[in-house]
Amino acid sequence: MATDLQTAHQIDDTGIELDERTLLEMYWQMVRARRLDERVWVLHRQGKIAFHISGIGHEGIQVGAAYAMRRGHDYASLYYRDLAFSLSMGSTPLDFMLAVFGKAGEPTSGSRQMPSHWSSRELGMLTSSSPVGTQVPQAAGAALACKMRGDDRVVLVTLGEGSTSEGDFYEGLNWAGVHRLPMVCLVQNNIYAISVPMHLQMAVPNVADRAPMFGIAGAIVDGNDVLASYRVMQEAIARARGGEGATLVEAKTYRPVPHSSDDDDRTYRTRDEVEEWKLRDPILRFQGYLRERGLLDEETAQEIEQRVREEVDHAHATAEAAPYPPPEDTMFSVFAPDDIA
Amino acid sequence: MAEITLIEALRQAMDEEMERDDRVFITGEDVGQRGGVFRATQGLFEKYGAERVIDSPLAELSIVAVGIGAALVGMRPICEIQFADYIFPAFNQIVNEAAMVYYRTGGDWHVPMVIRAPYGGGIGGGLYHSQSVETFFAHQPGLKIVIPSNPYDAKGMLKSAVRDPNPVMIFEPKKGYRLIKGDVPPDDYTVPIGPAAVTREGTDLTIYAYGMMHYYVLQAAEAVARQDGISCEVVDVRTLVPLDRETVLASFKKTGKALIVYEASRFLGYGAEIAALLSDEAFEYMDGPIRRLTGPDRPGVPFAHTMQDFYMPNPDTIADAIRELAAY
Repeated sequence: MATDLQTAHQIDDTGIELDERTLLEMYWQMVRARRLDERVWVLHRQGKIAFHISGIGHEGIQVGAAYAMRRGHDYASLYYRDLAFSLSMGSTPLDFMLAVFGKAGEPTSGSRQMPSHWSSRELGMLTSSSPVGTQVPQAAGAALACKMRGDDRVVLVTLGEGSTSEGDFYEGLNWAGVHRLPMVCLVQNNIYAISVPMHLQMAVPNVADRAPMFGIAGAIVDGNDVLASYRVMQEAIARARGGEGATLVEAKTYRPVPHSSDDDDRTYRTRDEVEEWKLRDPILRFQGYLRERGLLDEETAQEIEQRVREEVDHAHATAEAAPYPPPEDTMFSVFAPDDIA
Repeated sequence: MAEITLIEALRQAMDEEMERDDRVFITGEDVGQRGGVFRATQGLFEKYGAERVIDSPLAELSIVAVGIGAALVGMRPICEIQFADYIFPAFNQIVNEAAMVYYRTGGDWHVPMVIRAPYGGGIGGGLYHSQSVETFFAHQPGLKIVIPSNPYDAKGMLKSAVRDPNPVMIFEPKKGYRLIKGDVPPDDYTVPIGPAAVTREGTDLTIYAYGMMHYYVLQAAEAVARQDGISCEVVDVRTLVPLDRETVLASFKKTGKALIVYEASRFLGYGAEIAALLSDEAFEYMDGPIRRLTGPDRPGVPFAHTMQDFYMPNPDTIADAIRELAAY
């Protein structure tokens, strides 16, 4: 990983064969997630919304991973940090704004859940809850179904490094190993589980070191390098689709903001550390790379920013003006009707 | 129609549902080659293969979670927990995940899965092979909970559970697996999840029970009819969630007295909810105290047979409770 500041702006594009349009689209997705996220922090500071859990700093691995999938065909089971991932899967800034304002018509849960609990049957995003790690064995079950049906789908499940301490993680990957499941488990290691640093979470230097105990492949990637992330995820997905079983991918990254709007990260880490990591920001690095390759000039960069700002403005205004859910929505049925498809 | 045991009825249900629908598969500990430690899945591995009758790792959390994930994407898993006592590692996956998916996604996702677990005492199973855990799950909205008391219902309700689009837990009275026999059609039929059954008509008092206790209650009701001339009505609750309030209330309005029998520990047990329902909605029909006969407030059924017998309600203790209530 790019721990050396000398290499902080490098992007490893070895073996990458993405066309210019796709590279710029990925850049746009990262900027879009970032600006949306930043706007929501502002809304929180203004007292307009109750809660935000941020994905800032994680855009590289998330966009890289999403673009490595066969979106619309494969399944993704995401966790709360995955704003850029969810947008890349096809959700919209308006969807997210409706969630943070807790408004009617919010598509993942009708505003029953807190924001950032991604879910969409149409987009292939499995439903997620707040207890961490539960999605890993569920993803194994979905992958088992894909294997039983021989339908060529891969299940990608994401979590943070803190969640790897849960039993769910071990049991899920054990199934993946025993049954050679078409699954990729992506751990976004941002070093802190709220305040608890990695060395109090595990005694191994890398999450991916645990892969051999499940009999599956392991891989480590610089999660702030979107193209390296794309390549490693693409390789893992190809293995899964090709019947070679699951991979535990560890993306090394960092969360330069507090865990959530209720957290104060000054209580557990230094400002120097945070500032140092900001130099490795995945968007700045990708922007530098695109400029060097002559794919992005100042004018195009401004156009992208403008386009994103308009979309975020629109989502913000629309969600703020939207009605709240009627109180009686509380009584939505807990049971599906017998004739549900 | 052939007379078969309760466990044969369950096996028939699974066999027929797997034959009917190739989305149905089974997983759990020892369900494959061994055919289950109680033999509930005997012969299914040979018939449907290792792909559809899957010996799971020894890990209850993921037996359930794998079922949830498979169900989300369109399969119809039947997950076996070897003993209900071992279901607790999966508690979070059941109550926070399976039970909540339909509600939390506003109906976008649903979880059509079955969780089977043998429950109950009287088999020398000690503290950790005898528990009755239904109340833990009945408290969480979003789970259908079924406890059959006879082979006909066991087959018909398990088949309904497999076809239900929601998570259904079926707790099976393991003491009755081979003890309880009954006539069962050898072909396809279902018993709906929901309706309770009046299994004995009577006028003096109503007894509510399910599973193994229902089997004992029928014996006790027969004994007091013969020996004391007491006329008991018996309601087999069968579906704990959603509860058939109409049938439960109608019988009480007829007799005015209620005895509720369950073998789990007493405090906050399932019968407490029935008692609350009766006092709320049929107070003016009440002709005596609403009584419960239950296991004591101890955390499990002890191993030594002397203590096991002390713990478990049985036809004699049920008959005594009936006489006392009838005399009130």
